[in-house]
Amino acid sequence: MRSIELDPNLSRYASRTRGMRASEIRALFAVATRPEIVSLAGGMPFTEALDYTAVGEVTAGVIADSGPTALQYGGGQGLPALRERLVDVMAAEGVPASPDDLVVTTGGQQAIDLIGKLFCDPGDVVLAEGPSYVGAIGAFAAYQAEMVHVPMDAQGLIPAALAERLDALAATQRRAKFLYTVPNHQNPAGVSLSLARRREVLEIAYRHDLLVIEDNPYGLLDFKAEVRPPLRALAPDRVLYVGTLSKIFSPGIRVGWVAAPEPIRDKLVLLKEAADLCQSNLTQYVAERWLGTQPWLRQVDAYRQVYRERCEALLGELGAELPPGCSWSEPTGGFFVWLRLPAGLDSGELLAKALRARVAYVPGRAFYADGSGAQELRLSFCFPPPERIREGVRRLAEVLHGEVELVRALYGDA
Amino acid sequence: MGLAVAVLAGGLSFEREVSLRSGRRVAEALTARGHRVSRLDLDHHLVAGLAEGGFDIAYLALHGRAGEDGTIQGLLELLSVPYTGPDAVTSALTWDKAVFKGLLRRAGLPTPDWVAISSDAVRDMGAGKTLERVIERLGTPLVVKPSQGGASMGVRTASVPRDLAGALVSAFSHHQVALIERFVAGTEVAVSLVDGEVLPAVEIVPREGAAYDFAARYTAGATEFFAPARLPTAVLAACSEVALAAYELADCRHITRADLIVDPDGQPWLLELDTCPGMTETSLVPMAAAAAGWDFADLVERVVTLAAETGAPVGV
Repeated sequence: MRSIELDPNLSRYASRTRGMRASEIRALFAVATRPEIVSLAGGMPFTEALDYTAVGEVTAGVIADSGPTALQYGGGQGLPALRERLVDVMAAEGVPASPDDLVVTTGGQQAIDLIGKLFCDPGDVVLAEGPSYVGAIGAFAAYQAEMVHVPMDAQGLIPAALAERLDALAATQRRAKFLYTVPNHQNPAGVSLSLARRREVLEIAYRHDLLVIEDNPYGLLDFKAEVRPPLRALAPDRVLYVGTLSKIFSPGIRVGWVAAPEPIRDKLVLLKEAADLCQSNLTQYVAERWLGTQPWLRQVDAYRQVYRERCEALLGELGAELPPGCSWSEPTGGFFVWLRLPAGLDSGELLAKALRARVAYVPGRAFYADGSGAQELRLSFCFPPPERIREGVRRLAEVLHGEVELVRALYGDA
Repeated sequence: MGLAVAVLAGGLSFEREVSLRSGRRVAEALTARGHRVSRLDLDHHLVAGLAEGGFDIAYLALHGRAGEDGTIQGLLELLSVPYTGPDAVTSALTWDKAVFKGLLRRAGLPTPDWVAISSDAVRDMGAGKTLERVIERLGTPLVVKPSQGGASMGVRTASVPRDLAGALVSAFSHHQVALIERFVAGTEVAVSLVDGEVLPAVEIVPREGAAYDFAARYTAGATEFFAPARLPTAVLAACSEVALAAYELADCRHITRADLIVDPDGQPWLLELDTCPGMTETSLVPMAAAAAGWDFADLVERVVTLAAETGAPVGV
């Protein structure tokens, strides 16, 4: 008799990798990228809206003018000239900043990861909206932090619920390391935090000595170009600000950043150097030249028009097609609509059927660290053109109508 | 002088990734043995590719509906291309668990008692009201699975009517007929058969007492395997006997895997036959072959040779 060890390194893995397993849902997504499936799943920016001639000229210009340095290592904090341009982006987003405050990262995702590495010991509590950004859930989970969700409504995170969570933690002698929040056009819920609530959240943060991580990928993608005051602008000493060029220029260049108070910034630079020495100089030069020589705000405007049209297509079709008992957020910007299903339906269990009907979405459980979200799901309107979005919603609606009948027959009307 | 082999992998099923991994391994092994190998996906180019390729053999490394329900076998028969594994009729019979379990019962072979229920029956005929009766008849716990499908997708367990309803919803997401089966606790065993020869049984032990579900199947290290299985010789012989009887009942050929559970009394229960078994790094048939002293390339070469001997079907 022979025992067969498929992974001889099993006993060597760190305990933090224990939750990393193959998943049925991920396997289902292997077919979601096929062309015949309308994918309302991925949050991919519509990069076809970029001016490729301009991008080509910018890139060629970088090589012609700065080839040797662009192809060399760079500093851990990021290219100084780029940090100056990122300050312009932050100004457009409504936050005053200095280039010295910023650390350039590999997309906003690396900023989130470094923040987790800096603050989270195993068992630490971090607070986040429920639902929250799946990339943040994964990053903080890798540091074995426990994410506690704060519920939201149409005005965003509910301040009273935040205070309640903090009191409950204090009552058990625990404290949250920070609140992670996406106040503008949140991924996945598609709602924005109202101005009054921004002030309330910050008051609570001061009262409880709570650090706030503000992630703002969609701030400039408001359909009416409205800029809501970022938390960082209201409380610079309390808030770490995570920014990115992924949604306003390109996710492929992997340029994000974090703005942090000085002592935190210094530690983030050391962590960045330990992670990957430095940001790619080449893409930093391209980003710097894009922001410095191109009408980038006009590009943002072009993106905004594309996404507004797609969002309208999605919302219109949802209203016309979905069965009673469904409800959804009505975003005023960003990429996402959050859909709540009638009682008894499970978005995870339903995915296989939806894929057979050739439409894909992301089941709600992906956006909670605590296993909730079965009755919810996320729809993205950023990538497919409007007519495909409408077709996708019709396919989804047919699946939902059938499922409502099935569930009613199985459970009764109770 | 090797053969011209088309390795068919991929396809439109939810087991696409697993199939591509199987296909890659098979293609590498056959190439190393001097065959001329092309890899083909199941897409719009397939028929043209097969027609123009001048292949001696098609190796089916497909999993899930398109590869196992007889569709591709029927197509290859039409194109007169010899292929590996059971024919179209056998594939279709074994692919549907409710149908095949019925055949097993008629032949007197042991398979856990079950009830098949369709979503139409639930939706249009009030079958949802019979769940208590199902529990009365089969007892608890129960396993609920799509009657057609693989890789443990959509498989759930249930002990009370409410969970049973939820498990049915899950199974119906994959196929319109669900199988509610009496759960047999015991040792999970896979018996591989190559040309009617029974290879050493592989015992499957999920770690942390979990079920051999999708995650346990495809996370390396999540499950422990023993080959041969740690069972008494008489029990192993009974497993072989049941597996071979099912293989013959379905008129299988070349390569097939039988999945069984052995209860604490040493009684083997046949769950299903897999006519296109996985050939990845974590797959059961390659483990059984290794326990028999064959390396992976020996196994694949053997299957290809058998298919070449069978040749293309005549007069279909």
